[in-house]
Amino acid sequence: MQDVGLLDDIPVAGARTVKAGAFDIAVFRTTGGKVFALVDRCPHRAGPLSQGIVHGEQVTCPLHNWVIDLASGEVVGPDAGCSQTIPVRVEDGRVHLDLTVLIDEAA
Amino acid sequence: MTEKLVVIGNGMAPGRVLDRLFEAMPGAYDVTIFNAEPRTNYDRILLSPVLSGEKSYEEIVIHGDGWYERHGVRLLKGNRVVALDRQAKSVKGEDGTVEPYDKLIIATGSQPIIIPVPGHNLPGVLTYRDMDDVEAMLLAAQSGGLAVVIGGGLLGLEAAAGLKERGMDVTVLHLMPTLMERQLDPAAGHLLKRELESRGIRVITGANTEAILGDGYVSGVRLDDGTEIPAKLVVMAVGIRPNASLAKSAGLDVGRGILVDKHMRTSDPDIYAVGECVEFAGNVYGLVAPLYEMANVLADDLAGTPNGGFADQALATKLKVTGIDLFSAGDFADADDRDEIVLRDARTGLYKRLVIEENRVVGAVLYGDTADGAWFFQLIRDRADISEMRDTLIFGPAYADGAALDPMAAVAALPDSAEICGCNGVCKGEIGTAIDEQGLSSLGDVRAHTKASASCGSCTGLVEQLLSLTLGDDYNPAAVQPMCGCTDLGHADVRRLIVAKGLKSIPELMQALEWKSSEGCAKCRPALNYYLLSTWPGEYVDDNQSRFINERVHANIQKDGTYSVVPRMWGGLTNSRELRAIADVVDKFDIPTVKCTGGQRIDMLGVKKEDLPSVWADLNAAGLVSGHAYGKALRTVKTCVGTDWCRFGTQDSTGLGVRIEKFMWGSWTPAKVKMAVSGCPRNCAEATCKDVGVICVDSGFEIHFAGAAGLDIKGTEVLCHVDTEDEALEVIAALVQLYREQGHYLERIYKWHARVGIDSIRAAVVDDIATREALFQRFVYAQQFSQTDPWAERVGGRDAHEFQAMKDLSFPQAAE
Repeated sequence: MQDVGLLDDIPVAGARTVKAGAFDIAVFRTTGGKVFALVDRCPHRAGPLSQGIVHGEQVTCPLHNWVIDLASGEVVGPDAGCSQTIPVRVEDGRVHLDLTVLIDEAA
Repeated sequence: MTEKLVVIGNGMAPGRVLDRLFEAMPGAYDVTIFNAEPRTNYDRILLSPVLSGEKSYEEIVIHGDGWYERHGVRLLKGNRVVALDRQAKSVKGEDGTVEPYDKLIIATGSQPIIIPVPGHNLPGVLTYRDMDDVEAMLLAAQSGGLAVVIGGGLLGLEAAAGLKERGMDVTVLHLMPTLMERQLDPAAGHLLKRELESRGIRVITGANTEAILGDGYVSGVRLDDGTEIPAKLVVMAVGIRPNASLAKSAGLDVGRGILVDKHMRTSDPDIYAVGECVEFAGNVYGLVAPLYEMANVLADDLAGTPNGGFADQALATKLKVTGIDLFSAGDFADADDRDEIVLRDARTGLYKRLVIEENRVVGAVLYGDTADGAWFFQLIRDRADISEMRDTLIFGPAYADGAALDPMAAVAALPDSAEICGCNGVCKGEIGTAIDEQGLSSLGDVRAHTKASASCGSCTGLVEQLLSLTLGDDYNPAAVQPMCGCTDLGHADVRRLIVAKGLKSIPELMQALEWKSSEGCAKCRPALNYYLLSTWPGEYVDDNQSRFINERVHANIQKDGTYSVVPRMWGGLTNSRELRAIADVVDKFDIPTVKCTGGQRIDMLGVKKEDLPSVWADLNAAGLVSGHAYGKALRTVKTCVGTDWCRFGTQDSTGLGVRIEKFMWGSWTPAKVKMAVSGCPRNCAEATCKDVGVICVDSGFEIHFAGAAGLDIKGTEVLCHVDTEDEALEVIAALVQLYREQGHYLERIYKWHARVGIDSIRAAVVDDIATREALFQRFVYAQQFSQTDPWAERVGGRDAHEFQAMKDLSFPQAAE
């Protein structure tokens, strides 16, 4: 697990990005206090999900309003697709990501 | 010089006169109204639904206080006129106010007839005429008990049904052998009696009231056969008589009512009379349709464009008791030269009767199914020859020309001249045209634009069928389009409730309005944020997380996740210093594309998000600020060079454009707002397809609005002409403020205009100086919270998290 910073660095009902080599990771913090991470690419046209409006445990992509479920990375509703999820752990107010999934994918 | 118009009475008829007059000649008269009731103008036809609880008083108001203010009308509420001096040409109110007039309208309405039996003035004996009566009945009904309604006509039966609905035990006493004998034949009267009885209302016909009993308060009614019926409330609804006493004492010619000619002129050339108080050609009137017709005639005469005048016409009536369908029109008395066609199904309570004279329908009574009422009524008014379709006539229009039976067929078969709304005299063709030309899509739209079904509402079904017929599948009868899946409320409801309930934050609003999702969605959140921001300027704290990314980072997101940057160039003007700064920024940050926009600005495309604050810092240093090209806000004011350079220019269009832009930048709006100022009618700034445009002319400035040149192409509407730049600025700011307060989120000005109509906008922004000034002041107030350059703020460090990654891990590493 990789320490990427303080939970409080992420706005509530918002997101921050983490640069990980070729990938941008979007780290979301919900109003309910949960943290999720996804590869920052909408399955539709690769829009930056980190820039979308976060509502409940979903985010709406800023490019064409696709809605993505934060926990599963799955597209909600009539459209279909999936963004890669990244395992997250929050400990002592710090956010940790498990980036091994990316190495698998990049390989 | 404006003439003084005084109106005695504030009912529906004079209300309609003024509506039409203000439409034809705004500002022609200085109007004062004396109203004996302490209220504004409301829809008396709808008192029954208020009594039964189906509507509230607020829902039946026709003109609210704002209307009087907008039209500069002085309304003296609760001030009865006690004297009319025709020599001095003045009237005197009961509070002593003396008001001179050039023209006078007497609209004193009618008085309920009180049967002068012993006990008629006991407390607890009411009439059914105005809102005071309804309030008194509602008070009595609170504790339940026994009620007697004397009179089995329209009003009496509606009162009886309403009181029953409110939990009283009701008996109707009717002098004649059958109910509503003026509108119904005996057979239909009998069906109606049976229906009322099945609802638990007792009906006694042939009942002659001898006395009202009670010692200090009403306790019952005694009939002439000795029957005594106990009651704690007695409502007398036996009819009305014109209220002509003021006119009579002033020496006007009076018969049963105030005598008028076909233009509603009384025997005094400066005095008109209208409504239930008049007598025309031996008739007096109590239904709204002829009264509105009189009002139109009178207004046209006052406006100096007299029309053909009032003519007595066949009338149609509907009983407004929910669940009872009853329609009657024309004349259905028996006579030797008349035949009748009757369709009767006693078990299902269906009864239709047509009275035929010389192959023409002269009367129709429908009970149980009134869908064909409009069609029969049209046949009566047209005096149409029905010999060809006599066989199937009674089955209605669906069979008249052999067409298949279809629920829509009856409406489709009506000619364009067929009257749909009897109250307001609106025919089918007018409604169809309004739907087509003004893009109407809901019942509310049709009511607003044509007034059809806006009074008694009994033609609502017909209007909905017309909408459906005209729009096909585009018509959604669930008239209110919800904002999004998170609520059933439409944008208008939400805006109204924010004000009404004083909602001041998104969580509070979602709680109070029972949002269906916990935090809304990407559709409703930005809308709610805007509504709260524009409703409570300086008080509401903008919720950044409810804004679309462009408004959060003050730049436009592009397809690859980079941003575009457009600095403001006031009125489209720039200079070497600004251009040099732009050139330097483009080189320094390796910006791939630089382009001129349609709004006379320079757009730098492909800026990396993390570079935005540095780009802005350099632009700020040269005096360039945010151009809000990313916001639902004032975008650009495009100009031509005007009198500065152009040999055709009539005014300083560039200067005015700069002034407007400097005054209005930063203001958030429901959707983007683009403006332009052209220095002459050649219109080089293309102002006539903008949200707001100004065309300069020698004599001043033409203010245009509601243009479009995007998804839709639409030329602007002319709002008004003003003489000075100051006035132009005030009108434009007031217009934009009205839009800020009324617009639905993402609704451009031209769509807002189509929804609310140009009249209401003009009334607020042009006609009524006080309203315009108030709008202007609210705009100015809100501006003090919005005119800070968002780029400079972010250069200064605000929202830094938006522009920097949380962490940069150059290479992904395996877990430790």
